[in-house]
Amino acid sequence: MSEIVCNHISKIWNPDTAEPNLAIDDISFSVEPGEFLVVIGPSGCGKSTLLSMIAGLESATSGTIQFRGQPIDGPSPHRSMIFQQASLFPWLSVIENVSFGLSLQGVGKRDRHNQAKQYLQQVGLLKSAHRYPHQLSGGMQQRACIARALCLGTDVLLMDEPFAALDVQTRHQMQKFLLEIWQGTGKTVVFVTHHIDEAVYLADRVLILTANPGRMLEIVTVDMPRPRDMMSKGFEYHRNLFVDHLRSEVVRAFEEQELAEMLDTRIK
Amino acid sequence: MVKSHSSGTNGVRVDRSVVPATIKSKSRARRHWWKQAAISAMWWFLSLTLFISLWELVTALGWVNTLILPPPHEFIAEIGNQEQFLSPRIGVERVGGNFVLLTAIVATLKRVMAGLVLGFIAALGVGGLACYFELFGKLTLPVITLLAPIAPIAWIPFAIMAFGIGDGAAIFVVFVGIFFLLTLATVNAVNNVDQLYINTARVLGANRRQVMFRVVLPAVIPDLFFILRINFFAAWMAVLAAEMVGVNAGLGAIVMVGRQMFNAKLMFLGMAIIGVVGYLLDVGFRQMQQRVLWWKGSSHI
Ligand SMILES: Nc1ncnc2c1ncn2[C@@H]1O[C@H](COP(=O)(O)OP(=O)(O)O)[C@@H](O)[C@H]1O
Ligand SMILES: [Mg+2]
Repeated sequence: MSEIVCNHISKIWNPDTAEPNLAIDDISFSVEPGEFLVVIGPSGCGKSTLLSMIAGLESATSGTIQFRGQPIDGPSPHRSMIFQQASLFPWLSVIENVSFGLSLQGVGKRDRHNQAKQYLQQVGLLKSAHRYPHQLSGGMQQRACIARALCLGTDVLLMDEPFAALDVQTRHQMQKFLLEIWQGTGKTVVFVTHHIDEAVYLADRVLILTANPGRMLEIVTVDMPRPRDMMSKGFEYHRNLFVDHLRSEVVRAFEEQELAEMLDTRIK
Repeated sequence: MVKSHSSGTNGVRVDRSVVPATIKSKSRARRHWWKQAAISAMWWFLSLTLFISLWELVTALGWVNTLILPPPHEFIAEIGNQEQFLSPRIGVERVGGNFVLLTAIVATLKRVMAGLVLGFIAALGVGGLACYFELFGKLTLPVITLLAPIAPIAWIPFAIMAFGIGDGAAIFVVFVGIFFLLTLATVNAVNNVDQLYINTARVLGANRRQVMFRVVLPAVIPDLFFILRINFFAAWMAVLAAEMVGVNAGLGAIVMVGRQMFNAKLMFLGMAIIGVVGYLLDVGFRQMQQRVLWWKGSSHI
C-alpha cells in the first residue's frame, strides 16, 4: 500500500472573498513507504500549501488525501513537519523541545528525557541538550527539529525547504546528514525545495510543479546510486533535464532570474 | 585610555592558553559590568549633586520663599519629626520608634502590588477566555474597549463611594487602571503569536487546550509583562492620587497632610520618597522582566 495518496487535490485560498486564490490545481500522486520524494517548483507555486495539506494543517478544497488508506482529517504525529524557519520553542531547552510531543502525551520527565537523549545523540546534539534555542546555530536548530520529529516515532517527514535559510556549506552537510538519517531509519520523506541541485542530490523521485496555479508538470525518477557526485555525468544530465522542464515554465510564469536562483546554490 | 585598553587585551591573550574560555569570558563580562555600573553611578551622583546644589543655592540666596520651597537638607531632616506630624493624622498606629514613614511606604506598596497581581491575573484570564471562546470574546471585548481609555484617576470617586476610604478603594483603582488595557493587550498578543509555533505544536499532537497553555501562554507572557511594566506607572500614580483625595495612610496621604498643615518640608519629603520608591520599583520590574525573558538572552531585551 502507498504511504500517501493524493487524489485530484485542489486548494483555493480565501474561496469566499473577492480574490479567491487557486494555489494547487488538480494534483494526483502517491508516495511509497520509505521513498524520498522531492517536490520542486518556483516560489509561490504552492509547495508549502501542498505540504501543509499532507500534514493535515489545512484541508483540500477538493480531492482526497490518504495516509495508509485512511483519509487525512487533521495533523498527526505520524506525519511530522519540519519548517523552513527553525520552529523550536524559544522558552524550552533543547531537550524539552525534543521531548515536547511526548510530554503532550503525558510521558513523565525522566522517561521522555531518556528517549530524547537517544535522538539527540543521533543528530549529534547531546552536548547541547540543556541549552536554549537561541544559543544554537541554524543548522543545529534544524537538527533538533528533526530529532523532535523522530522522537515521536513519526513515519513521514514532511520537510518544507528546511535548509533554505542555511549557508551553502551547512546546507550540504545537512543534506548528507538527512540522507544518513533516512537510510538508517527507513522513514518516508517528502521534501520541498526550489533548488535543482538539492533535488537531484536527495531524491528518489522529483515532482515538478508549475507556478500560478501549482499544477503537476512531471514526475522524474532520479536513478543514481548514493552518495551522488555533483560533478558526475549523471548529475549533470539530471540537472539539465530539470532546467529544461522548468525553462518551459519560464516564459509562462517565472523569470530567467528565478531559474538562475534555482541553480545558484550548486554545491561545490 | 587607548593604551591601557590594548594592554588589557594583551593580558587576556597571555591568559588564553591557561584559562578555559568560558571562565575567562565570564570574568571579563563581570569586569565590564562593574565598569558600566561605576560610570553610570558617577553620572547619577553628578546629576543629583548639581540639582541639589542649585536648589540649596537658590534657597540660601533667598530668591524663593523657603516656606513654600524648602531646601533639601531641611525637608530630609524632617524624617526625624514624622511621628509627631504624621501618626495622628494618617491614622497609622503607633508602632513605637520612627516607623510611620515605613508604614506609609508599606501601605502604598501593598495596594499597588495587590492591584497589579489581581489585574494581571484577571486580564490574562479574561483575555484568554475571550480568545478561546469566540462568543464570549464578541460579547465582552467591545465593552472592554470602551472602558479601557478611562484614566485610572477617573475611577477614584467611584472607588471611594463603593469601597469607602481604605485599601479596597486603592486596590480597585489600580485594578481597573490595568485590567482593561491588559485584557486588550492579551487578546492582541494571543492573536499575534507566530502561526509557526501553533502549527508546530499541532503537528506534534497538541489539542486546542494544550496549544493554549503550552504554546500561546508562554509566548505571550513576556509581551504582557512588558505592557504591565509600562502601565505600572499609571497605576502607581492612581494610588497616590487616591491617597491624596481621601484614602487614608500611604505616601500620597503624607503629601496631603503636609499641604493641610502648610508644612512644605513634609510635603517635599513625601514627594522625594515617592520618587525614590517609584524608581526602585521600576528597577525591580526590569529585573523580573529579565527573569521572565530568560530564554531570549540578555542582549534582546
Ligand atoms: N495561509 C494562506 N492564506 C492565504 N493564501 C495563502 C496562504 N498560504 C499561501 N497562500 C498563497 O498560496 C500561494 C502558494 O503559496 P505557498 O504554498 O506558500 O508557495 P511556495 O511554498 O511554493 O512558495 C501563494 O499565492 C500564496 O499567496
Ligand atoms: Mg513555501
